[in-house]
Amino acid sequence: MPHCRLTTDPVDPRQAEAAVGGPDRGAVAGFLGVVRDHHAGRRVRRIEYHAYAPMAETILGQVAAEATARFGTPHVAIVHRIGDLGVGEISLQVAVAAVHRREALAACAWIVDEVKARAPIWKKEFGEDGTFWIEGPDGCRAAEPPLRPRNGG
Amino acid sequence: MKVTVLLFARYREAAGDRAIVVDLTEGATLGDAWAAVRRRVPALAAETGPMMALDQAYRGPETAVLPGSEIAFFPPVSGG
Repeated sequence: MPHCRLTTDPVDPRQAEAAVGGPDRGAVAGFLGVVRDHHAGRRVRRIEYHAYAPMAETILGQVAAEATARFGTPHVAIVHRIGDLGVGEISLQVAVAAVHRREALAACAWIVDEVKARAPIWKKEFGEDGTFWIEGPDGCRAAEPPLRPRNGG
Repeated sequence: MKVTVLLFARYREAAGDRAIVVDLTEGATLGDAWAAVRRRVPALAAETGPMMALDQAYRGPETAVLPGSEIAFFPPVSGG
């Protein structure tokens, strides 16, 4: 039974690992995505994560089910935090338990890529250079136009 | 038919609202709904390449819209 959800609360990594572990599983592979203090040459202070919540949770469940079919790993947890996160806070946790390490590691890496590509979740980045919507792997759009002195003002 | 369109992230900010109602003819598609949104929201008029969802699943612009469909448009996703 996959454990897939969005949360506005801080992510406790032990919770998801405990949810996937069991006596017949010799490997628990985990990934933590963490808010970084820089992006594309800019200093980042915090990131707001926005989501289309019901669809995002559906997609997390679909990704978990596809990973189970693809890698034979039924014990999957995916937790994505939304709301306001500071530098160093966990935004995404993936945990996969399996009989052996190889399928656990492969499934974990695949899930991270799929969640990033498919879950309807967006980063709004706040930093010293302004506020930016991050769109896709490389896209970036200013959220608020920079203040400029008025002509003749 | 009037349908409610959900907008997210930068599109939501551009529209100043979480959702807008657009009037479509019978047989309209997601592409038609997006065109109606762009007419209604000048800040999105030049926008190309939105992601489109119907009833919380990704769908292409040719997909037919039915009364009561949950339609959503949003920029490329950037979670993780």
